[in-house]
Amino acid sequence: MKPKEEVGIKGYAGYVPKYRIKPKDIGEVWGEDGEVMGRGLKIESKSVPAPDEDVVTISTQAAKWAMQRADIDSDEIDAIYVGSESHPYAVKPTATIVAASLAATPHLTAADYEFACKAGTAAFQTCMGLVSSGMITNGIAIGADTSQGAPGDALEYSTAAGGAAYIIGAGDLLAKLKHTCSYTTDTPDFWRREGKKYPEHGGRFTGKPAYFKHVTNCTNKLFEETGKGPEDFDYAVFHQPNGKFPRKAAKKIGFSQEQIEPGLLVTRIGNTYSGAVPLGLAATLDQADPGDNILVTGYGSGAGSDSFDIEVTKNIKKIKDHKVPTIKEIISEEEFISYSIYAKFREKISAGGE
Amino acid sequence: MMPIPRFWREIKQRYKGIGSVCKNCEKMYFPPRKICPECRRESFQNMEPVELDGRGEVVTYTEIHEPHTEFDKHSPYIMAIVEMKEGVRLTGHLVNVDLEDVESGMKVEATMRKLGEESRDGMIYYGYKFWPVDE
Amino acid sequence: MLSSEKRYLLEVSDLRDVAIIGVGETRLGELWDKSLRELGIEAGLKALKDAGLKGDEVEKLYVGNMSAGKLIDQEHIAPLIADYAGISEVPSTRVESGSASGGIALAEGFKAVASGMEDIVVVGGAEKMTDVGEQEAKDILSSTADQEWETVFGATFVSLYAMMARYHMEKYGTTKDQLAQVAVKNHSNAAKNPNAQFPREIKKEFVKNAPMVADPLGMFDCAPISDGAASVVLCPAERAESFHGKPVKIAGIGQGGDYMSVHERKHICTMKATERAAKKAYSRAGIGPRDIDFAEVHDNYTITEIMSIEDLGFFKKGEGGKATEEGKTDINSHIPINTSGGLKAKGRPVGAVGLNQAVEAVLQLREDAGERQVNEPRYGLIHNIGGTGASSIVHILKRWS
Repeated sequence: MKPKEEVGIKGYAGYVPKYRIKPKDIGEVWGEDGEVMGRGLKIESKSVPAPDEDVVTISTQAAKWAMQRADIDSDEIDAIYVGSESHPYAVKPTATIVAASLAATPHLTAADYEFACKAGTAAFQTCMGLVSSGMITNGIAIGADTSQGAPGDALEYSTAAGGAAYIIGAGDLLAKLKHTCSYTTDTPDFWRREGKKYPEHGGRFTGKPAYFKHVTNCTNKLFEETGKGPEDFDYAVFHQPNGKFPRKAAKKIGFSQEQIEPGLLVTRIGNTYSGAVPLGLAATLDQADPGDNILVTGYGSGAGSDSFDIEVTKNIKKIKDHKVPTIKEIISEEEFISYSIYAKFREKISAGGE
Repeated sequence: MMPIPRFWREIKQRYKGIGSVCKNCEKMYFPPRKICPECRRESFQNMEPVELDGRGEVVTYTEIHEPHTEFDKHSPYIMAIVEMKEGVRLTGHLVNVDLEDVESGMKVEATMRKLGEESRDGMIYYGYKFWPVDE
Repeated sequence: MLSSEKRYLLEVSDLRDVAIIGVGETRLGELWDKSLRELGIEAGLKALKDAGLKGDEVEKLYVGNMSAGKLIDQEHIAPLIADYAGISEVPSTRVESGSASGGIALAEGFKAVASGMEDIVVVGGAEKMTDVGEQEAKDILSSTADQEWETVFGATFVSLYAMMARYHMEKYGTTKDQLAQVAVKNHSNAAKNPNAQFPREIKKEFVKNAPMVADPLGMFDCAPISDGAASVVLCPAERAESFHGKPVKIAGIGQGGDYMSVHERKHICTMKATERAAKKAYSRAGIGPRDIDFAEVHDNYTITEIMSIEDLGFFKKGEGGKATEEGKTDINSHIPINTSGGLKAKGRPVGAVGLNQAVEAVLQLREDAGERQVNEPRYGLIHNIGGTGASSIVHILKRWS
């Protein structure tokens, strides 16, 4: 899918809550060796949202900063799409609240996306289409999550919170979104039934037939459509449900550890689901130079992948003028909490017992 | 907690810090007012909305150990009276900071957080809170 | 145009003098076996008995009550209390101004008599707080702050006072020791008051080491949640002696207002409403703070007493803490504060507080205060705050001769 007219990123920013929990402290509660689990997943800590943080607040903060970097006013926003699997409401859009918090209402289109961990990249594609067709001037694509694993489930070691927002438009771009493609199948590797609090997953089934198949095929499809290969990219960002999968996929496709390192945040903050690839890309853009090429491939269970071919422009140097924290700065602010505080924050326990 | 329409009416003000300015004397107010206490009748229908920049400093503060029921999960938490750059003052929750690091005069900036909810199955209320900033 | 002060004097000169000819109150505390109406009736009957009245002389009833609607899910309580007091035919009105409801009800009663509209008026205050849980009662107290711009953001009632306390401490060097001394003193006074909720002494270390409620205020810096009622009977001064041997005169009243939210007030630890109320009351009584022999002030939190004794003019701003520490407000000092034990130790049935204060002041001026009697007082002042200080009322009472 090649955009008809040039389209790209005008501003971006990420936000990650400051609380962290270590695998050791999770394992201790469930009689498991959390440190071994953590090493296996290549996760040293995961982010935990404060009780007053959710996808709305994470999205709002990220979008506010992204707008500062893009230097655009709220009335220049024509569309907002928020991708998440943990929207605070099952019915009632996150996007309307984010739009109101940015004072972008009422003259814009807004909607929520859900596609497990790739709802954020789906929002990218929608904004690309609307901008390159000339239907809108600027759109905001957000991927954010405050994902939860059931207490005691293996997912509990990785499910984390965070997100990033991108102002997508034409004109003065920080980076060009040159090409995108998707790979979609019906693969039940991970799901959450309506009305259920925690997701279910297919264990090892989430690996080969799910994550690896989609990430590899989608990336290869992008190579085929663009005539490029791993050597044409300075950086690559893959979806990162743990520290193991993206490293393995990168190696298989032909990327080096150096190419994926800047965007690999999972080790310190865990799996931020729809936020993972947008945050990884933001961290990569934070250190990219003009002319750099970035390959991005997201993955969402259920299942599908979206790949992007991105080229950084000379404007990337300007973002330092804005007082927006880099991803490195954001994730370096951390406060470690115990499992009991974590359980309270995530409403696994509550005062009064309700 | 507060019924939906009562919260909804002030959504803009609580999300974005929209106050009001008296076009008669140019004095700014937050929370917004329909009447300027300085100009009184002359200000009626002469108050206009104005957006706060979101930055300010702590005037006084406290750490709450016995919160209202719906704030239990935050306990203990810090409340402060904040003087905004524009000179108006408001009451808000300070996040991402511990009591020993708070002091009067500390610079803070607004961020949007969940304030509460109408009920467990009800509407979620969002609005400004503050966190410390350098400068 | 007359200045407002001159106008008051003119008005006052047109008004009849008013006397308190009877007082009564219930014990304060967790009164599980008594309902709101029973509390109201008990206090009212005691006051009538004290005044030597049967009941059918009563022409009007005012009831100070803050939140029966939320606390016992009952509105329209003035006729309810009148009915069960056996005087259903008597017109009755509830008065609400947060925790100043009682004090302001008294002012309304005063106006009815002073204006010549009525002769015998009963003013009661009653609050039943323990039918709801303690947490809910505290939440309801917070509803006297601005729900839309304070409480909704997480502020509790006590936290707003705690912010005043920190401001006072930072600005004037007031200490936690000085705050604690307010509690120690008021408990010591309450120990001599049979109606007090906590009639016992407490140690300063105990107050200082109590669990924190809203820093810097701990559990013993806070007044309790209480049930209770108090009542007074008013009549024109010229008829007072025909009812009671020792009536007490209402020498001056002043009510003041201020911004609803603490954050709107430039001087966070000064209550303008109290300053304004006191100024009017002193002017109407034709005296100043130095003429006052004792005062019942609104000590819902220890800091409030310190601020109030400054705002009422007994001490300079910023010196209330030091004065308290030095014993200048003790029962034997020249300005004893809260001889009853105050809200802190006598109890805080919110809407009744102003009347509880009136009962104490009348007992003191009649020299009927027993063990806690101050020496031959001439003027007593009572001071009642609504919410966090958006309303405040001051009455100056004077001994008969």
